Amino acid sequence: MKTISIEATPKTPTITFDSGKGFLEIKGRSIPENALEFYKPLVEWVEKYADKPQTSTNVNIQLEYFNTSSSKCILDVFKKLEAIKKGGSNVLINWYYEEDDEDMLEAGEDYQAIVNVPFKMVQVV
Amino acid sequence: MIDIYDINDKIESNNIMLSFKGDISSELLTSVLQIMESKLDNMKEEPKIKKKVYNVLVECLQNLYHHMDEIATEQNDVIRSAFFMIGKIDNQYNIVTGNYIKKQNVEVFKKRLEEINLLSKEELREYYKAVLNNAEMSIKGGVGLGMVDIARKTGEKLDFKFSSVDNFFSLFTLNIKIAQ
Repeated sequence: MKTISIEATPKTPTITFDSGKGFLEIKGRSIPENALEFYKPLVEWVEKYADKPQTSTNVNIQLEYFNTSSSKCILDVFKKLEAIKKGGSNVLINWYYEEDDEDMLEAGEDYQAIVNVPFKMVQVV
Repeated sequence: MIDIYDINDKIESNNIMLSFKGDISSELLTSVLQIMESKLDNMKEEPKIKKKVYNVLVECLQNLYHHMDEIATEQNDVIRSAFFMIGKIDNQYNIVTGNYIKKQNVEVFKKRLEEINLLSKEELREYYKAVLNNAEMSIKGGVGLGMVDIARKTGEKLDFKFSSVDNFFSLFTLNIKIAQ
């Protein structure tokens, strides 16, 4: 599987997915009216990757804003990662938040409580 | 005749940053969010407040957008339109939105909002997680989490009203306050 990258738009984030390195990054803002349409390919790629994952998978989530429509899709991606971890590989989700952004930290903690994957909360100063 | 001075005075005295009435499209929302973002930047607003205002704005404007679909296209332009107004008075941001909803949907919607208003900060957080984890998304991508998110982020009760318009429609207005 090749490296996949999607460029950011005013309402959607940059997505980088390098299956050879076991690296996924979602960065920027995710506020599309219809997030399902935007995230569908990513969910499918991660699902395909789950068939033959690397021994460790690193995931960076560095979002400035995300809407509730995206929140469910991000959870869908995390659920796929949970399945990879369940299959015996290491998965780490690095959740970035800006120093004063308590809402973003809380959002990360909410996912951490729902998904059975290790999270690392990373403060960006 | 339109009295431009009168309109200007009203905008000034109510500190209106932006107001709109009409059809809510995805392109409109992109523009409005860009305008509001640069306004917040020009006001040198604290990043924390800026983010909160922007986030809440995204949710309530997208609520208007998703609710548009419930109204059939054969309805007249008044019923198919929504309005919103964003202002700042005494360090408090106010976002007012209004849209028409079918009378048959009022009771269910009202009950949901009243239930959200009964929840404490912690309960809201638990409820949010439960809905996030279980909710099936509707076709257009609304999860039904928008109102819960607004209540959570503002830390205020949802201030809403339903006013009867005719036999078929009611006007739903939401008044959101974001204090500093």
